[in-house]
Amino acid sequence: METATQKSPQNFRQWPSEGLGRVPYWVYTDPEVYALEQTRIFSGPYWNYVALEAEIPKPGDFVRSHVGERPVIVVRDKSGAVNVMLNRCAHRGVQFCRTNWGNTRSFTCPYHQWSYDLKGNLTGVPFRRGVNGNGGMPEDFDPAQNGLTRLKVAARHGVIFASFESAAPPFEEYLGPAMLPYFDRVFDGRELRVLGYSRQRIPANWKLMFENIKDPYHASLLHVFLVTFGLFRADQPSAVKMDQDGMHCVLISSKGDQTLNATTKDMKNFRADFKLSDPRLLDPVREFPGAATVVMQTLWPNIIIQQQSNTLAMRHLVPRGPELFDLMWTFFGYADDTPEMTQRRLRQANLMGPAGLVSIDDGEVMEFSQQGVRQRPGSAGLLEMDGRGTDDKEHMVTEAAIRAFYKHYREVMEF
Amino acid sequence: MARAQQDFALRLEIEELYTEYAHALDNFELEQWPEFFTDDCLYQIVSRENRERGLPLALMRCESKAMLTDRVVTIRQTQMFAPRALRHLVSSLRVAPATADGVDVQANYAVLQTLVDDETRVLSAGRYIDTLVRDGDVLKFKSRTCVYDTVLVPNSLIYPL
Repeated sequence: METATQKSPQNFRQWPSEGLGRVPYWVYTDPEVYALEQTRIFSGPYWNYVALEAEIPKPGDFVRSHVGERPVIVVRDKSGAVNVMLNRCAHRGVQFCRTNWGNTRSFTCPYHQWSYDLKGNLTGVPFRRGVNGNGGMPEDFDPAQNGLTRLKVAARHGVIFASFESAAPPFEEYLGPAMLPYFDRVFDGRELRVLGYSRQRIPANWKLMFENIKDPYHASLLHVFLVTFGLFRADQPSAVKMDQDGMHCVLISSKGDQTLNATTKDMKNFRADFKLSDPRLLDPVREFPGAATVVMQTLWPNIIIQQQSNTLAMRHLVPRGPELFDLMWTFFGYADDTPEMTQRRLRQANLMGPAGLVSIDDGEVMEFSQQGVRQRPGSAGLLEMDGRGTDDKEHMVTEAAIRAFYKHYREVMEF
Repeated sequence: MARAQQDFALRLEIEELYTEYAHALDNFELEQWPEFFTDDCLYQIVSRENRERGLPLALMRCESKAMLTDRVVTIRQTQMFAPRALRHLVSSLRVAPATADGVDVQANYAVLQTLVDDETRVLSAGRYIDTLVRDGDVLKFKSRTCVYDTVLVPNSLIYPL
């Protein structure tokens, strides 16, 4: 990791001279690029999603999570405050917490039973004073200096973020005035209710997942299900909007009818005659203000907030190497949902996740992408749909948000 | 003795049902799949984690035979995925005594998946938790819950388990 940061970016890798209209394939395959991303992006002055407060409502509740590829514990302490710390014993580096969730009064590493309180303070070192005058830690050993590595924590309306970098700006400032209203649209302060988790391991670079959600062009072509049922289609009112740095993005659209028209006629996969035998699968009701029926928000560097009809989910990206990432889905609703609304969300969850009627297409195509780019890391992908700019757009036939993402990425990585 | 013979006959019938179910899915006879269920069936694929935590989310959730049919039609017509071979291994059947509501059965399953250019891997391993009822002279699933142990789904789960 350290060697990568010391390397001069100039002689490291060369971005194609066409600039934002290209993405070189080595960003998806190179282990040194990956190591540098872990340092600069996931350990940089940015807010990483780690959990929802609804997962840890009571003192002592904890969940395991990740910041980049590094495992962390998110825990609520006795005072009610949320702490995030590395899941790594200060003694010998053991990843001591092995269960995904639970309630505890303290954490103890199984190896030498060093124990920590819920703030990560080291509270117990067996045989610290030795046994029968033998051994023991040096006189100057200071437990206060040997706690778990703690991350900076921010929470807004029930969503918890963490940062390794104390210089991370206030969360609201980090999202900025263009993105915060979309965040608050789903997280309006109402108590959340977790409906369940899905986890999948996708053999592709983590950035391909972000690109996918910033790419409305594909959604109206690859996803026959979305197109057929009018959930996302090129002829419908839609937009992509970015923050001023291109870090974050929203993709917005409104539902249309299942009719054959000039645009759907061009879609060779459109099925005007396809009707569900049990229409309860797709029985959306409007629950958010405004005309949009789908808002997908991507927040740098690790989270996608999904609102497609009545299915709400966090999609948490956990990189596992240059050519592998885990996608951790947390589906949720609101504590005040009626039983009918909960049922509706659970039915619509059939569209998303590892067996999603829609998202299967994405998991598969990302694997295909990775297999393609691996062959020629010296080549580059083309990103010129709708020009070469990075401005907001009021339509779907654009790759502007992917260009904005890479504009920011190049600044952070100094490529 | 008569009771033991009845139990034995029922067990054979259940094993036959599970064998035919696995055969249909291994051979991608998807249109046959809903026929193993009653009209008002419940079919779910649930992670062990969600089940233990009492969370209702399922990977697939079909609340009627019609929803099973919809799943089949979308696999056939709207989804994009790589071709694959699948092999269902079902074992360790536990058959509870039959009641007026049907027969509760549990079994272990493993599904092996083989993609082009890749070795055979475990796609999913877990257990079936089923309730069977008699429909005319055949047994059908009134409910089938597939609880999978494999925390991370290897990319996508296209076909039902």
